[in-house]
Amino acid sequence: MSQRPNTGRVTSAKIVIAGGFGVGKTTLVGSVSEITPLTTEAIMTSAGVGVDDTRQIPNKTTTTVAMDFGRISIDRDLILYLFGTPGQTRFWFMWDELVRGAIGAVVMVDTRRLADCFAAIDFFEHRKLPYLIAINCFDGMQYHDPNDVRDALAISHDVPVVTCDARNRESTKNVLISLVEYVLSMRRQRVGA
Amino acid sequence: MTATLPDREEPTGALVRPYAVTRGRTRPRLEIAIEALVETTVRGRDASTGNRGGHGREHQHIATLCDGKVQSLAEIAARMKLPLGVARVLIADMAADGLVAVYEPTSFDSNDSVGTELLERVLSGLRRL
Repeated sequence: MSQRPNTGRVTSAKIVIAGGFGVGKTTLVGSVSEITPLTTEAIMTSAGVGVDDTRQIPNKTTTTVAMDFGRISIDRDLILYLFGTPGQTRFWFMWDELVRGAIGAVVMVDTRRLADCFAAIDFFEHRKLPYLIAINCFDGMQYHDPNDVRDALAISHDVPVVTCDARNRESTKNVLISLVEYVLSMRRQRVGA
Repeated sequence: MTATLPDREEPTGALVRPYAVTRGRTRPRLEIAIEALVETTVRGRDASTGNRGGHGREHQHIATLCDGKVQSLAEIAARMKLPLGVARVLIADMAADGLVAVYEPTSFDSNDSVGTELLERVLSGLRRL
């Protein structure tokens, strides 16, 4: 009796989509996902509560964290997931699980609220997870020179900074391609060094 | 995007109760990554159509969801409207009983050739989209 119908090893991979609240993470995921983005919830118990404000609900011991995600079947036996990070940075416990084993991360940036992405950048740099910056160009938004954004964020010259329209499938595809190319080039550099 | 995320969470009771389906256990018998894939085995399919008691409902639901179509832990949890931790305990139990196969994701944390080869497949797959 075969318990593994597929001949090859079925496996999955994930890319993390981060950025401030309302920057377009779920929109970006939805533009390439083969399923309507789903929401999954995790429960944080009191043991994990550090800075949570519990004043409004006395004796509160749990908090839920919601994450939106999408799916892209690369092949029959290889599925790529895109996970949006929880909006509030106080939910670090969930970020740990999200970055574990990930290919890399897309940090989405709204140039009107640049500071919203600082925490994500700090986190990925600390975890040594490769990331790129994707400037989401909303309708009628002023164009920003990626180099200005790079300077403003004070990030390394190696980190790619690209512009995108999160609603557009081709644009999102290109962001993901840029990230994977970047991760591959970093790996090759390390092997060659 | 929808409106702002609620700052106030739901009442505590509603959040704790989901673990009733695992009989209060919060630790899975097997660590399962959020993106790990789950597929119903032949045994799992037979068991789910056999209308047995016990864990019944949730196990059957998972067996049906993953029958002939691999689903990640995250998808199963989302589609069953269960917290991730609860779905993880249920799936770990089913895997221990041979009702589902769990395919672990490829980790890209180390710089090995397996990861590089898979990245190349992901890249060409994205280009084909």
